[in-house]
Amino acid sequence: MAKQHDVRILEDVVVKFVGDSGDGMQLTGTLFSDVAALAGNDLATFPDFPAEIRAPHNTIAGVSGFQMHMGKRKIYTSGDMCDVLVAMNPASLKANLKWTKPGATLVIDSSTFEEKAIGKAGYTENPLEDGTLDEYHVIKAPITELTKQSLAELGVDKRLAERTKNMFVLGLMFYLFERDLEKPLEFIKKKFSEKPKVVQANQTALKAGYNFAESTELIKITFKVDPAPMKKGLYRNITGNIATAWGLLAAAEKSGRPLFLGSYPITPATEILIELSKHKSLGAKVFQAEDEIAGICSSIGASFGGSMGVTTTSGPGLSLKSEALGLAVITELPLVVVNVQRAGPSTGMPTKSEQSDLMQALFGRNGECPLMVMAASSSANCFYYAYLAAKYAMEHMTPVILLTDGYLGFGSELFRIPDVKDLPSIKPPMADPNDTNFKPYRRDEKTLVRKWAVPGVEGLRHRVGGLEKTNIDGNVSTDPLNHQLMVNIREEKIGRIADYLPLLQVQGEPGGDLLVVGWGGTEGALASTVSRMQEEGHKISHAQFNFIKPLPKNTREVLMRFKKIVVCELNGGQFVNYLRMLFPEFTYNQFNKVQGLPFHIQELTETFTKLLEE
Amino acid sequence: MIDYNKISKSPVELTKQDFVSDQMVKWCPGCGAHAILAAVGNVFPKIGYRKENFAMVSGIGCSSRFPYYVDTFGFHGIHGRAAAIASGLKIANPGLSVWVATGDGDSMAIGGNHFIHVLRRNIDINILLFNNQIYGLTKGQFSPTTALGTVTKTSPYGTIEHPFTVSGLVMGAQGTFFARVPDNNIKLMTEVLYEAAKHNGTSVIEILQNCVIFADNVHKQVTARDMREERQLFLKQDGPMIFGKNRDKGIIMAGNRLEVVEIGKNGINESDILVHDQYSTDPGIHRMLGRMKLPSHPVAMGVIRSAPADTYDDLTEHQIETAKKTSRIQSVNDLLRSGDTWEI
Repeated sequence: MAKQHDVRILEDVVVKFVGDSGDGMQLTGTLFSDVAALAGNDLATFPDFPAEIRAPHNTIAGVSGFQMHMGKRKIYTSGDMCDVLVAMNPASLKANLKWTKPGATLVIDSSTFEEKAIGKAGYTENPLEDGTLDEYHVIKAPITELTKQSLAELGVDKRLAERTKNMFVLGLMFYLFERDLEKPLEFIKKKFSEKPKVVQANQTALKAGYNFAESTELIKITFKVDPAPMKKGLYRNITGNIATAWGLLAAAEKSGRPLFLGSYPITPATEILIELSKHKSLGAKVFQAEDEIAGICSSIGASFGGSMGVTTTSGPGLSLKSEALGLAVITELPLVVVNVQRAGPSTGMPTKSEQSDLMQALFGRNGECPLMVMAASSSANCFYYAYLAAKYAMEHMTPVILLTDGYLGFGSELFRIPDVKDLPSIKPPMADPNDTNFKPYRRDEKTLVRKWAVPGVEGLRHRVGGLEKTNIDGNVSTDPLNHQLMVNIREEKIGRIADYLPLLQVQGEPGGDLLVVGWGGTEGALASTVSRMQEEGHKISHAQFNFIKPLPKNTREVLMRFKKIVVCELNGGQFVNYLRMLFPEFTYNQFNKVQGLPFHIQELTETFTKLLEE
Repeated sequence: MIDYNKISKSPVELTKQDFVSDQMVKWCPGCGAHAILAAVGNVFPKIGYRKENFAMVSGIGCSSRFPYYVDTFGFHGIHGRAAAIASGLKIANPGLSVWVATGDGDSMAIGGNHFIHVLRRNIDINILLFNNQIYGLTKGQFSPTTALGTVTKTSPYGTIEHPFTVSGLVMGAQGTFFARVPDNNIKLMTEVLYEAAKHNGTSVIEILQNCVIFADNVHKQVTARDMREERQLFLKQDGPMIFGKNRDKGIIMAGNRLEVVEIGKNGINESDILVHDQYSTDPGIHRMLGRMKLPSHPVAMGVIRSAPADTYDDLTEHQIETAKKTSRIQSVNDLLRSGDTWEI
């Protein structure tokens, strides 16, 4: 069939699927993304689901969304404003139109725009008819009705027919983006393999949506996104939370110390607990504790017992773990604490992302209580930073707090699959059986790290605990000078990890007018803004911190080569104040946002432009 | 039942002396804790595991100095968390015999949540609960087991809180092993600790411990040597529940409650007396035995309950072994390559 339409070639495009909670938008978005990835596009995704499990039907509170950003160039974030919005009901249109670019393409299920639903969404008039959408390129079709018609011959019940409308719209979208249906048809077959009727209904609806788009005059322009120049290799799509879980498993395998996770469910970290619970065949022991405190304490017990102890949580949970973190610090046992940050204080906004636990991670404990703090900066690199957190924890016998956030944890991007044999080695300082030289706090001269002496191993009997101990012998002591010594050693031991850290990288020239500084999950937004401004000729560079305590050794050298520094954070200014404390010789500008939302390219561009012009 | 008990035995016979650490014992003279240390010294060699396979874990309080005084692996934790730390230790390292030393404040108050959940899970650890009905290390505040009306530093007008009965809490939390001993009967304590070690699952041994400084003689009505035959019922598996200096009193089931009777009176003879079955899975009579108190009843001593049940740690090992045999994912490389992947 000859195609009677124009084709528009796109560098990159942001697509968002929105609908009512039960409309299957997450599945639709995931499938659409998988097909894009298979076609060779780089991409990032972010699910945007309501805080309520089942909010009232057709209300704004019940809107569930899935945003994806794909392109033929490197994709750093899931995008700010969308170019294509698929809206399955009035409420989802209402809630998302403000996140849609002027002139964007809207794909709308007109069947759902009846009086009651329009009213529930907060519209007084039907937005499809009152001119609200005049500025947009609207593709509207009675999708629910068409789905039912297309399934009429299969004799499926009304409910299933209605629920399959997401596949119809997906078929339409595949036509719009010139994708073929082979892969999604196969996926549907696999996903619902237990239910042949559901497979048939979904496949039929998908094809019907595609054919409908092809045979009507509805679509006048289709889009084409060419493959991105990607490094050769085996790829998969991965969320930050799954990547974190897998990085930890890889570290356990590499180090030979079995993984023990003690954890308590908390949004947005629960997915890591769920994922690790599946992998008993890899020897992972997962203990769903009675509370956050038991989560960390069981992990400390496991670390004492010779396992790689891990606990996963989010902000409020980290508060509850504070006392036990001190115990891990003073006993000098390895422990990985993953904090998937969310908007606080208190319960705050559990499903929204923020970077506001940095000061808590650094200082939120009684006593002089140093530990290592690091942060992942993309969904996929959660794998490497979780791996490294475990490596440093074990090799340096210290708790490590790994900060990720809800945005990284829920979001996904392409992940080039590594071979475990190529990952850096992990060599925990195990004490040998019957080592006559063994003392609980005898240390390696270079790293100040003590030995890890596992119960059950002959000749290593010893006691550790929360009371201050003498250096080397490890006997209980309140001696003033010994305490000063131990305080100094614990701090110095963390400081010396810097000798084993990679140096801070600068994106762009090593010197210039403005250095954009970020840490953790803001990397995508900062890197893409800076790269665009560099293309425009600005002397702007970017440095993203993944290691916060200790900082990379070249931090001062990086900061000193720029006329201005701006530190951008999704908090009130925590990292910038940490830098002010450590490097008071520099002047820092800061850009902060605490809305539970990621940075947008536009606001960053405006901020940086202003700083460059001043 | 699944049993993965793999703790290795010592190739040589050990003695009490083998478990004495080089640390000075710093409890007050006359403190009941000394007797507990002695009983542990008796029982560890008798249990027969290698020295390295014992681990002592504690929280905070006078009781919690215990690990420093035993020459094994030891971990002195933080207030209330010994059960959680010990849980992780045992699950991670099932080849250990794990013992928790804790008190009524540590386990019943700040650590109450961990205490009930370790019992519910039936993790194979042994909990020595030093019940002196007072906070000793902080110098004399009432605890969750302090009797109603007791005057302490923080209850100058007498407490207005109803105390916990340890046995009630243990059985309410579906505990599988509960024993009670007075601190002045090291022989009984040694026997009971041995039973606790044999039991698969969480064992709680409530020790009626005297704090000579802040709650002196708090258990005297029960534990005084000259009265103990009359006021304590020593339970033995398959033995009749008979007590008294002349062994002339016993316990019968009267309706839905336990009642004290005199043997030879009102037509009661020995065959009417209840026979103890610590292994019964039904906790009914165990609950009633645990609750018995003066003056209407004697206080039950010895192993009240020792019911068989799967342990969390064995079930963990079982699931892992099964998954290792059946899963297609045998390495992290397998995992990374599972599901949807594509070559670019």
